[in-house]
Amino acid sequence: MGHERLNSVTTRLVRDAMIVIQNMSIQSGEFRLTDVELTVPTGGYAVLMGETGCGKTTILESVLGLRKITSGKILLGNRDVTQLDPAVRGIGYVPQDGALFAGMTIREHLAFAMLIRRASKSAINARVDELANLLGLEHLLHRTPYGLSGGEGQRVALGRALSFRPQYLCLDEPLSALDSKTRLQMCTLLEDIRRRESVTTLHVTHNLDEAQQLADCLFSLQNGKIETLTTLAE
Amino acid sequence: MNNTPDVDRRARTVALSNRLFYICLGIIGGTYLLLIVAMLSADAWYVAEKSVRTAVAADQPVKAFFLSNPIAEALADRKIKYSIWLSLISCTLSACLSLLVAVPLGYLMARHEFRGKRFLDAVLDIPIVLPPLVVGLSLLILFQFPPFRWIARDVVYQLSAVVIAQFSVACAFAVRTMKSTFDHINPRCEQLAVTLGCTRAQAFGWVVLPVARRGMMTALTLAWARSLGEFGPLLIFAGTTRMKTEVLSTTVFLELNIGNIEGAVAVSMIMVAAAMVVLVITRQWGTRDSIL
Repeated sequence: MGHERLNSVTTRLVRDAMIVIQNMSIQSGEFRLTDVELTVPTGGYAVLMGETGCGKTTILESVLGLRKITSGKILLGNRDVTQLDPAVRGIGYVPQDGALFAGMTIREHLAFAMLIRRASKSAINARVDELANLLGLEHLLHRTPYGLSGGEGQRVALGRALSFRPQYLCLDEPLSALDSKTRLQMCTLLEDIRRRESVTTLHVTHNLDEAQQLADCLFSLQNGKIETLTTLAE
Repeated sequence: MNNTPDVDRRARTVALSNRLFYICLGIIGGTYLLLIVAMLSADAWYVAEKSVRTAVAADQPVKAFFLSNPIAEALADRKIKYSIWLSLISCTLSACLSLLVAVPLGYLMARHEFRGKRFLDAVLDIPIVLPPLVVGLSLLILFQFPPFRWIARDVVYQLSAVVIAQFSVACAFAVRTMKSTFDHINPRCEQLAVTLGCTRAQAFGWVVLPVARRGMMTALTLAWARSLGEFGPLLIFAGTTRMKTEVLSTTVFLELNIGNIEGAVAVSMIMVAAAMVVLVITRQWGTRDSIL
């Protein structure tokens, strides 16, 4: 199944869009990770599993450029982005807590990245409508994040991350705060998005069910080492 | 099931002790509250008593009560009018200046770790802990040295000295307020804005500042209130020249000096009213629930 998915994705993607972590080390106070190696193939959906506090988020943040690494390399496609500012890496990011912008409407959330890129008004509106439709947010567009349910909040965060059509997506426990029914809906939604948006995804979670449902490559982080459990080829 | 006498006795002791605990807290806290209310009431009573006495002695008591009471007389005085206007303008200016400095400084202190941060943090507390007279004297001495000396003639004992003296103390309070405001804003939101393509400045302007609006309002009003109450540094650095560098706190001092206690109290009441207005505005904007 993974094979078919990859084939359909690669035919649509002209450019190479792998996420590669080479030999990466991170030191932050007492916490330390060494020789992290991880590759997410173009258009693939990788899930990185591990216990709370084992450093999954740290790895994700290094890929995003929010955390400095002590040594090693991070490649996106053929580009070495190790020293690149997060603003120009072009990775969509959904953090665990959503981190929605208080005071902005949901429409403004979805338009934000396009506005920063000075896209035309019609392009922004078209993208906002498309995402609202895809994520079922039409009825929320005029609201602010205040009072949104967990699932709605995460859908907005996902829409915001996808708004500028990134080639890469980093999800940090996006479903962990949701009840089981909403979680299931979100999983279906994520699969749907993968088919339509053809992004290379790195998803971090501690939930095995979620991992097995979504992943076409599954990694686990234990005692500072990454183990490959499933790859696309299998 | 009946409790044993021991348990009953213990329960009574606990209940008594709990009641005593809250009575003690109430008495200690209440004493201070009483002091605040009593001070203000004494001022108000003093003014009211004077007003009534003037009214009784006058031909037209009602008219005299409203037009010849100490506050009305103070408000009619040309010098005091000037000092009210100078207070309003200088406090607003120094509060705006304080905010202008406090926002970037508070943000830097709240978000970034750098060498010497703890030292900087301590330095920022100096204007708060320093005796006010020392602040004024230090300003005066500072303007003995270049490059400040070159503009000393236009600053010291001039109008700009009023704003500088107020700003130098008020700003420290504004910085504290802004730092704690930014401390309470989730840094994840800025990080997210950056991953969406924002520069740091864009993330700050689009994502952080709108959320910090209430904190900025609190910092502004706090700086304004501090500036209104400023006296020590003003006395030394700006002088107490009537119709020139005289603000409300200076007026109280000058009126007391010439033995006009009624005038001093009247001006104090004007300041109390101004401070109350600021307090209410802060509470109204700073939190959702108003105090009224």
